[in-house]
Amino acid sequence: MAFRYEVRLSGSGGQGLILVGKVLAEAAAIYDGLNATQSQSYGPEARGGASRSEVIISDGDIDYPKAENIDIMLALTQEACDKYVVDLKEDGILLIDSQMVTNIPKGNYKVVALPIIQSAVERLGKFLVSNIIALGIITKLSGVVSEDSVKHAIRARVPKGTEEINIKAFYTGIELAGNWLEKHGSL
Amino acid sequence: MEKKTNPNVRMWQGNVACAEGAIAAGCRFFAGYPITPSSEIAEVLALRFPVIGGNFIQMEDEIAAMGAIIGGSLGGAKTMTATSGPGFSLKQENIGFAVMAEVPCVIVNVQRGGPSTGLPTHAAQSDVMQARWGTHGDHPIIVLCPSSVRETYDLTIRAFSLAEKYRMPVILLSDEIIGHLTEKIEIPDPSTIEIIDRKKPTDTPENYLPYKMDDSDIPAMANFGEGYRYHVTGLAHDETGFPTNDPKKIRAQMLRLNRKIQRFRDDIVEVETFNTDDMDVLVISFGSTARSAKRAVINAREKDVKAGLLRLKTIWPFPDKEIEALYKPVRKIVVAEMNLGQIAHEIEWATRREKPVVRVNKIDGEPITPNEIFEAIIS
Repeated sequence: MAFRYEVRLSGSGGQGLILVGKVLAEAAAIYDGLNATQSQSYGPEARGGASRSEVIISDGDIDYPKAENIDIMLALTQEACDKYVVDLKEDGILLIDSQMVTNIPKGNYKVVALPIIQSAVERLGKFLVSNIIALGIITKLSGVVSEDSVKHAIRARVPKGTEEINIKAFYTGIELAGNWLEKHGSL
Repeated sequence: MEKKTNPNVRMWQGNVACAEGAIAAGCRFFAGYPITPSSEIAEVLALRFPVIGGNFIQMEDEIAAMGAIIGGSLGGAKTMTATSGPGFSLKQENIGFAVMAEVPCVIVNVQRGGPSTGLPTHAAQSDVMQARWGTHGDHPIIVLCPSSVRETYDLTIRAFSLAEKYRMPVILLSDEIIGHLTEKIEIPDPSTIEIIDRKKPTDTPENYLPYKMDDSDIPAMANFGEGYRYHVTGLAHDETGFPTNDPKKIRAQMLRLNRKIQRFRDDIVEVETFNTDDMDVLVISFGSTARSAKRAVINAREKDVKAGLLRLKTIWPFPDKEIEALYKPVRKIVVAEMNLGQIAHEIEWATRREKPVVRVNKIDGEPITPNEIFEAIIS
């Protein structure tokens, strides 16, 4: 049977989660030769409000394109975490920003809490690249797409002139996830 | 280092595929007024048209945009507008004009929750009846519903072909889920795409009748500016295009207008079946919901419930013959749609209520899940 891997990226409108979804889907579908869909759900506001972006990756057909049995979920705000964690599957990975999400919802999943936004500000001087740091962490933790493909997809998708800082952000994420795995053993 | 990839494979949103499909069909004029969740169609064409010799106009409102594409089409261009529920409401009067004056054009409605401004960023399929009867008077209409990004591309091209072939407006009825869904698409080789252009007159300008009654039921259409002068009106008219009050002439033209679609409905109606050969539960759906329905049918089969899917790619004219051919042996029919039963009602009529019709409906902006349809199949 075909595998189906579900990713939900949640936070607040304007955090760039739709972009991260698109990059991840393109890495899988264009560079890794898999099938992928990306969809989103957000309110009418341009910024703010709980927002989510979902990526389904499979080696077969993807009929239902929305997540309902999530393998890995990112939450960059408490509101999004509370609202969207419900579809995370048993033993799924809940990746949270350790400063933004302090009230960790109870459930049977693996929680990975990392200073995503803080790393963007302190290590790269740009709050804006938090999303790409998260993408790096997800790439490392999920193993569903290759690092190389994600790197190509980032270069193809981010605004011209921002490629280098985004690639740096991506590797910052890979490193954060790597350190976490070293400290906690495997997932 | 560059990574080797298939240059024809893209990750496109449904709305991007719609814009690119329009370009592939030969559309070179778009007039619109942006509205979520359709705006990406306008955005793409605003960027692409100046480069390829097309024209993009953002009009003052949706009414004017509909008027502009009618004018553009009379001038000989393949034209399109794109909108969502509130804008679709505004376009209705001019859609009627295009039907009456027999002006080919394509109207895209990426459905969102309604009524009124409703749910701008969430999906619905509740404009099914508006697409059929939103404009007044007895009139034919063609409405196509895509279920994927690739199908959005294909059905946009088909919408232009049908519009040109039958000289009438064609509606592409997408929804927010498909419009904003990004998925893999392999762009077909242009040489494999069938493009149909309107029939041009062979008569001299002096002898040309824009609404000529002949065996084809589809009059030849002259472009303005090519020496053919004729009158275009929303009033009932005779073969010359000038208004008439002669009941005989009115009847003849009105019957022809409706006969165009009745006569050629087999060329227009398209459906897709999945696992229907030995089924005893028939699931019927369309647009984004048909994807959930397919998953539900697969899941039911794994539990040894013989379910099959009929997916409607054309919803108007209604696929009654196709339903007729399938429903007799089944125990029940499940109809899944993001409205309160607009298609289900038609299905009850088409099947004379001989089978129980179980409705799976949702109107809160959230998609119908495979499990919700599965429960209806096995209940």
